[in-house]
Amino acid sequence: MSAKEIGNPLRDPRDRRMPRIAGPCGMVLFGVTGDLSRKKIMPAIYDLANRGLLPPGFSLTGFARRDWADQDFAQIVHDSVKAHARTEFREEVWQQLAEGFRFVPGNFDDDLAFDRLRRTIEELDELRGTGGNHAFYLAIPPGFFGDVVGQLNEHGLARPRTESWRRVVIEKPFGHDLQSARELQDILGDVFPSDSIFRIDHYLGKETVQNILAMRFANEMFEPIWNSNYVDHVQITMAEDIGIGGRAGYYDGIGAARDVIQNHLLQLLSLVAMEEPTSFDARALRIEKQKVLSSVTLPRRLDLTTARGQYAAGWAGGVKVPGFLEEEGIKRTSTTETYAAVTLNVETRRWAGVPFYLRTGKRLGRRVTEVAIVFKRAPHLPFADASTEELGQNALVIRIQPDEGVTLRFGSKVPGTQMEIRDVNMDFVYGGAFTESSPEAYERLILDVLLGDPPLFPRHEEVELSWQILDPVLEFWARQDEKGKAKPEHYESGTWGPASADAMLARDGRVWRRP
Amino acid sequence: MIELIDTNSAEIAAELQRARVRAGSPAMGMVMTLVIVVEADDAEGAMRAARAASHEHPARVLGVILGDARGAAEIGAQVGTGSGWTGETALIRLKGEVVKHPESVVLPLLLPDSPVAVWWPNHPPADPANDPLGRLAQRRITDAAAAARGKTKAMQQQCRTYTVGNTDLAWTRITPWRALLAAALDQQPLRVTRASVTAERISPSADLLAAWLADRLKVDVERMSSSGPGITEVVLETREGPIRIARADGKLATFSSPGRPDRPVALKRRDLPELLAEELRRLDEDDVYAETTRRLLKMETAK
Ligand SMILES: NC(=O)c1ccc[n+]([C@@H]2O[C@H](COP(=O)([O-])OP(=O)(O)OC[C@H]3O[C@@H](n4cnc5c(N)ncnc54)[C@H](OP(=O)(O)O)[C@@H]3O)[C@@H](O)[C@H]2O)c1
Repeated sequence: MSAKEIGNPLRDPRDRRMPRIAGPCGMVLFGVTGDLSRKKIMPAIYDLANRGLLPPGFSLTGFARRDWADQDFAQIVHDSVKAHARTEFREEVWQQLAEGFRFVPGNFDDDLAFDRLRRTIEELDELRGTGGNHAFYLAIPPGFFGDVVGQLNEHGLARPRTESWRRVVIEKPFGHDLQSARELQDILGDVFPSDSIFRIDHYLGKETVQNILAMRFANEMFEPIWNSNYVDHVQITMAEDIGIGGRAGYYDGIGAARDVIQNHLLQLLSLVAMEEPTSFDARALRIEKQKVLSSVTLPRRLDLTTARGQYAAGWAGGVKVPGFLEEEGIKRTSTTETYAAVTLNVETRRWAGVPFYLRTGKRLGRRVTEVAIVFKRAPHLPFADASTEELGQNALVIRIQPDEGVTLRFGSKVPGTQMEIRDVNMDFVYGGAFTESSPEAYERLILDVLLGDPPLFPRHEEVELSWQILDPVLEFWARQDEKGKAKPEHYESGTWGPASADAMLARDGRVWRRP
Repeated sequence: MIELIDTNSAEIAAELQRARVRAGSPAMGMVMTLVIVVEADDAEGAMRAARAASHEHPARVLGVILGDARGAAEIGAQVGTGSGWTGETALIRLKGEVVKHPESVVLPLLLPDSPVAVWWPNHPPADPANDPLGRLAQRRITDAAAAARGKTKAMQQQCRTYTVGNTDLAWTRITPWRALLAAALDQQPLRVTRASVTAERISPSADLLAAWLADRLKVDVERMSSSGPGITEVVLETREGPIRIARADGKLATFSSPGRPDRPVALKRRDLPELLAEELRRLDEDDVYAETTRRLLKMETAK
């Protein structure tokens, strides 16, 4: 049967020009005054509208404890769009989008407010044709997820009528350890089915991250060497040059490992290390990601294979900055780490004996996220020792941000010498495409939420597996704190982290790349 | 920009190479060559649009101005790498005998082992796939609506000579309309009994849209006239009532469907760089366009 005979006659799988437009729907945004809403979500919604990817009549309802009218809310969105949207501001796009703005004032424990919210949504269905389809975006501290989800349930907002949907969108952190992640899942799962819960890990919305799968599985030349026969080790780095900024309340007690390793870095690890999925649909991808995450193990001696640190005062990029313990809102005695590094093993035939080193930190040398596959040295070098002194190990580096692309590092003869060999880099950048004209990660993910397209969202199984990996490390650090045995080691701001992290690799005879 | 006078392909190639080294990066990661065949007067605008499009698809952009074919052969060129974009350009002016052999100039300048697209911003050959420059390309982009006169004829001509790899910006322009109409039937899977497309009296895009609807829906599609701009209304009649998208100002449309409230939707006419970028995103066969061109011809002969 040809595609024409089934379903929508205007659809044809061969018609790949057609952009995906979400069906009729609306979004309810909790936490509209927050950082995330203003910097990411609202601008992304405007950009989507500007690209013509939102359905006609799309509506955005804000919920916050402010005494605002719809226009006040529209003003907030307007300002944030002007400040942060990536596409050109067009009055007519704004006008049609703004017609769909509503505001509901209230606290999370306010039954009347949620009643009003229900009525607002019903009105939108009536007036703007949102068709009973609504996504609830919880851009609020996770401590309130339970309250809000409970209210949505109680006021009948979580249950869709037939042929419509209700979805909930949450941001990290997804708990702070395995147990709390399970509790969070219980709270959400009581009200929303698994496939209606969308967890945003914005890294997965990035073109370069999706390109990892294209690179690995669409090419013949990488896969044969993508294993322990050729790979010596893998380094996954997410470095920030900034400190904790004004987010002491959020950060203290959480720390770098929970904030970044548990989600972003382990997701990257799973994409780099997984086996080929049978297809690129959500289920097939999830199976492979879960498989690889369940095969991750920690080394026995965590004192030798992990490292943690806190940034100390110093000069970062030419600016004098305070240390973590001097930041406002941080206790002098805080043992929260701002740098974390762990060694992981992936117990599969492909990766046996290949360590994965994951590190993340604040106030490091520069802002960069990358995955480096570092290859073994050539088994035999038919050159004199002296001529290969400058030759390091070959590496394939997937640059995730800020200059997105791929770098290949290999040895090359130094021109003009007799036979001097040194490392050179070959860079690939797909023009400005990865950064400019392609939708930003949040745009892609929000559109996927509205379309109900799940491959780029981690499910609770993946979240729990990740905590299973990380929990022993966190417990080990906590025990060291209790015993007063060891504390996060201070590192000077603007450098590449504590000495213990270097020592951790040195024990294995390796060094960190300077990214 | 470096000006080369009385030059040839080898010198142009050498200058492109030098320009890249000067820009500090001998490898620019370009993914295709875009050849633009253009009149002198329109060259600047076309090159600008191509440069903008090559932000998304880094390309070597070769503008070719075919001058008067009489007299001795003469080649001039302006070569440069832009600042602020990845890619490089050469605007090549041909005069005299060589005008009949432009492929001999362009062939040595194609990037190795990567796709070639050719774009005629205004005067397309009657049969692009058999044009000397068209033959070099996997993608041949024409623009029937840019013809000064006889736009409708120009579109029909392109449909008649359709060959795998041909495309027309009149088709590219209606992607947002098509997407919206398809989305409408996703939302309400109603059976369409009749349809109409209203647009400026002369509009290749509207003709294509009508042909596409007729081809996909297997119903009669009426083509009606308005004063524009561009396409102003599409109606799909169903037993439950009409699905209608009306756009009076070329920017904002109103979407109506049976039993649902009217909704506004942004539906802006797009600029050249956006259209080109869409064209360059996929270089494989566009089957749906192929079927639409066949349908358009059938509808014309049935008239
Ligand atoms: N910012 C980011 O880039 C980022 C990145 C990843 C994940 N996240 C996560 O995303 C969520 C939001 O982050 P954020 O940075 O936007 O936080 P934020 O700036 O602290 O904003 C939190 C929002 O929640 C509201 N809120 C807090 N307590 C409330 C209460 N008791 N009743 C009603 N409203 C309350 C605040 O409203 P008021 O103005 O009324 O206080 C504010 O709009 C958090 O879960 C965070 O962990 C954020």
